Amino acid sequence: MSTPVKHFAPLARLLHWVMALMVIAMLFIGAGMVASVSERHEWLLNLHKPLGIAILLLVIVRIIVRVTTVTPPLPADLPAVQALAAKLSHYLLYALMLAMPLIGWAMISAAGDPVMLGSSVRLPSIVAANPDTFAVLRKAHAYLAYLFFLTILAHLAAALFHGWVRRDEVLDSMLRGKSRD
Amino acid sequence: MIDRELPYPRKPPLSNPEKLARLAGIGLIVLIAAGAFAYVNGSLDPQRLTPARVVDVFERNNGVHPGYRRNHPKGICVAGVFESNGAAASLSKAEVFASGRTPVIGRLAVPTGNPYSPDSAAPLRSFAVQFTQPNGQQWRTGMNSMPVFPVGTPEAFIDLQIATGPDPKTGKPDPAKPPAFFAAHPEAQPFLAWVKTAKPSASFVTETYNSVNAFVLVNADGKRQPVRWSLVPEATDAAPAPDAKEYLNKDLNDRLASGPQRWKLILTLANPQDPTNDASKAWSGEHKTVDAGTLVVDADSSQLNGDCRDINYDPLILPSGIEGSDDPLLAARSAAYAASYMRRTSEVDQLKAEPALEKQP
Repeated sequence: MSTPVKHFAPLARLLHWVMALMVIAMLFIGAGMVASVSERHEWLLNLHKPLGIAILLLVIVRIIVRVTTVTPPLPADLPAVQALAAKLSHYLLYALMLAMPLIGWAMISAAGDPVMLGSSVRLPSIVAANPDTFAVLRKAHAYLAYLFFLTILAHLAAALFHGWVRRDEVLDSMLRGKSRD
Repeated sequence: MIDRELPYPRKPPLSNPEKLARLAGIGLIVLIAAGAFAYVNGSLDPQRLTPARVVDVFERNNGVHPGYRRNHPKGICVAGVFESNGAAASLSKAEVFASGRTPVIGRLAVPTGNPYSPDSAAPLRSFAVQFTQPNGQQWRTGMNSMPVFPVGTPEAFIDLQIATGPDPKTGKPDPAKPPAFFAAHPEAQPFLAWVKTAKPSASFVTETYNSVNAFVLVNADGKRQPVRWSLVPEATDAAPAPDAKEYLNKDLNDRLASGPQRWKLILTLANPQDPTNDASKAWSGEHKTVDAGTLVVDADSSQLNGDCRDINYDPLILPSGIEGSDDPLLAARSAAYAASYMRRTSEVDQLKAEPALEKQP
């Protein structure tokens, strides 16, 4: 049994904030790209694919960091339903960070398109070309992106609720390495 | 995953007005974030031309034909090989231009919006080709038998579709609209001059197919050369279309039964003053051309289950060594084809249910 800590490990905090920026940028890039017929569409698409693969690699590192470092506990007086919501939403965020790049990769594979990162790097296809598979994955990619964005909004609101209204140490545990006293 | 910690000294409680103000602040932040997202994804901007709205215009004009491409839906799959002679290898580092053979899957089509159009419904034919290089990179190109595109921008193209499509009020095309459109779009004159003389061809294989849009070839030294390309037929027996509804597929079958059909891939190198960003303008005057090799088609199959069916001939799927130009139509084609592909791939089962291409609408 490890001793309880009040803050996330420095590497966990770094990964959280770097990936927060990347994931939010990714959701906006995706939403903007599918709503554009201008050169922006191509420009954003060429950003979307390598950024997605970078997120996939980082989330694997992040999962390893999460299970190998000590995580600060939630406040003991947090209502059970809020504690459960926190736990489930964290699992959901991890699942989406892992699933979205994989679905994107699989979807391009299912379309029979070369999976290109930039103009000359090609990743292997991870599923066989098939229109039904493509259609399912393409829709899943869009719906899960909305779920991802809504979950991030809830996560943001909850974090601010902890920091500004409950005024406990939850927000601080991700913001800094030492308590303010 | 998360244990509860022991109670710790709390900060003094907030008064109710303080609490409300902070909750309102959180609500405002969430609203701003959600609003920014809604702005970016086009929800707050119904006038924005999005890929989905481009495809909606086609569906409104032509009706929805489940499983079919939303434009050029009537066609036939072909297969063969591109035999490169190596002449373009100094212009582009793409493997396809090195001496040798590259397998191709193509699609010949009638450029209307209805899969049941008669073959003579348009004086145009189109040819889409996918080249698959040994390194797995692909070159996809959608070519048309017209020398120039009617307009130069996606916005003008959609306005043209709206002007020539049924009026939302009457359900019939408004004869006053096309002249008004063309009066406002003088850039369409070269296309109009050409289309006046164009007649439906009796065969797919006697037509010249043009990239229309400009692309940029990049060689191993990084040198960039803007080009347009054309497939120029070896068959010389072009003839006017017969008085029949369907003749193109039979002609193709008959010709393939007697041997492979060939086109030369001709690259037209842009002169410095040529516009690369406007497909409505011809590149006039003397131009250097390069004969890059021969496209050999030796088989065809129905588009209902042939290899071309599930290919999105996105003109921006390009190998290293070929790049899109600054032509705004390229990104628009890429984006709109993706929207069409997304819709039709979930309808493939309905496509199988269609008895035959000859079915009347």
